[in-house]
Amino acid sequence: MDKHSPPTPTDVDEHDAGRAKPRHPLQKLYAAFESPGRRRALHLTILAILIVTPWISSQYTTVILTNALLYVVLCLGLNVVVGYAGLLDLGYAAFFAVGAYTVGILTQQFGVNFWAAIPFALMAAALAGVIIGGPTLRLRSDYLAIVTLGFGEIVRFTARNLEITGGASGLSHIPEPSLFGWHIDSSIDFYYVFVVLAVLAYIASQRLFDSRLGRAWLYVRHDEDAAEAMGINRVATKLAAYVTGAIFGAIGGIFFSVNLGAISPESFSFQQSVLILLAVVLGGMGKIPGVILGAFIVVLGPELLRDFGTLRLLIFAVLLLLIMLFRPSGIWPEKRS
Amino acid sequence: MLLQLKQVSLSFAGNTVLHEVDFGVAAGRIHSLIGPNGAGKTSMFNVITGFYRPQQGDITLDGERIVKCKPHAVTRLGIARTFQNVRLFREMSVLENVMAGQHCRSKAGALAAILRLPSQRAEERRILETSLECLDFVGLMGHQDRLATNLAYGHQRRVEIARALATEPKLLLLDEPAAGLNSGEKQALIELIRRIRDERGVAVLLIEHDMSLVMNVSERISVLDHGSLITEGDPHSVQNDPKVIEAYLGQDDEELAL
Repeated sequence: MDKHSPPTPTDVDEHDAGRAKPRHPLQKLYAAFESPGRRRALHLTILAILIVTPWISSQYTTVILTNALLYVVLCLGLNVVVGYAGLLDLGYAAFFAVGAYTVGILTQQFGVNFWAAIPFALMAAALAGVIIGGPTLRLRSDYLAIVTLGFGEIVRFTARNLEITGGASGLSHIPEPSLFGWHIDSSIDFYYVFVVLAVLAYIASQRLFDSRLGRAWLYVRHDEDAAEAMGINRVATKLAAYVTGAIFGAIGGIFFSVNLGAISPESFSFQQSVLILLAVVLGGMGKIPGVILGAFIVVLGPELLRDFGTLRLLIFAVLLLLIMLFRPSGIWPEKRS
Repeated sequence: MLLQLKQVSLSFAGNTVLHEVDFGVAAGRIHSLIGPNGAGKTSMFNVITGFYRPQQGDITLDGERIVKCKPHAVTRLGIARTFQNVRLFREMSVLENVMAGQHCRSKAGALAAILRLPSQRAEERRILETSLECLDFVGLMGHQDRLATNLAYGHQRRVEIARALATEPKLLLLDEPAAGLNSGEKQALIELIRRIRDERGVAVLLIEHDMSLVMNVSERISVLDHGSLITEGDPHSVQNDPKVIEAYLGQDDEELAL
């Protein structure tokens, strides 16, 4: 480099990169938990809080938290599709429905054991992912959004009109499962089931993110041509994201159906898909802690605002708008700035 | 011949871009493709790497037909490339960029990643080691954790080369690797190209407008004009070929100084 030329922005950056102070409060929080030891302590603390909570709070709180944990699973699944692979999906509730209905039908109508039904539900969801993904993943993302929206509605209308799915009234009396003699039926039981699922979904998301496939999703999202030139099959990579997301959704649906004991087509409406997407975008696409935070906000927000009566949804909506106005790329800060 | 093009023709909406091109790159050779602007050099790269599909002709790599392969399949078979305007994954780290190249040399799927199978962990370690080795090879050790977009331009070009090397290619295509580099960086690039061939045994095919670099580094030069190959030979004979001088007439001064 010419000695007389003024320093370029990159030169300056080189010296300051290590010393840049995070300004945003969440950024400071994030920086504080960079070290593995602290992160471990944080994980254990959160786990301890999750375990103790049902014993010190009302049943109502437990039920709401169970719902929030279900959303954590669903949102982490959609995050793989939208956040990692950058594919806009407006019909994610369809995979949730496929999981719930498969288990509902097999256990309630055919008397199949709940645990034996799970692999079928996962296979059905993966198949649904391939069926919708295969022909559509060559589309640009805005067209993909429309197709997935249609797919979500098709699944819901199919469920409403088939006899095997119980029509508009859906399926009820789905038997509760038991595990090694433990009959899972109380709200606290299901709370713990969803704690386990949320933790597993978290670990799986983290591991996927740190893997060859997780990186491939980012490469394809950033620059499809460069990714192809590096030997990455973009269609197969996107399909893998779709199927992975579908399986997360199905797992949420499987346990949702036995938790409520009854499912109807309206549990899987377009609004459900939008709410899950909202949580992902709100928290920050592709950022796991942000997505979990988003899931909690979307579920707990309206509950915490219950004192405002009929105004609560309006206030919630205004709060969401404000958040998106000031944090357009999600609440959670970027890892590197 | 490592790479062989036979009678390759490409046209867009009736405009002929490449016309019955016969062209070959020998294994372990440093070969340059030159020609005036718009001669079809980059189109030829895109045809070789599967981004464009020629209407006619055949392309083989080590005897294997690659003419109908998708770009990712061509890369897997052993051809890596860089782009004329650097195309790094800008918002990702330098190391992550280079790791992209190892994708086609690894295979762990979602389940293996979630379960952290021993085979998956060993593979991840290998991806990391190979990528760091490639970064070290291009002289960027120590920059691996920086965002690609924050690197100086010359360094970004080197990251792109490291990323291409991480695909473990037999043939490396460089599209104007010296564009935007200063003279010191160009000298380093010449050394890097030689080391890629000498130490890694990778054949190099480059498109370049900087004639002193081309004459300095190439063992063989092919000249493309209006989509046709007009001559081929060693630097000395190409430099003195009247057809080449004619093709370049009317071009800017830098290229006239052939």
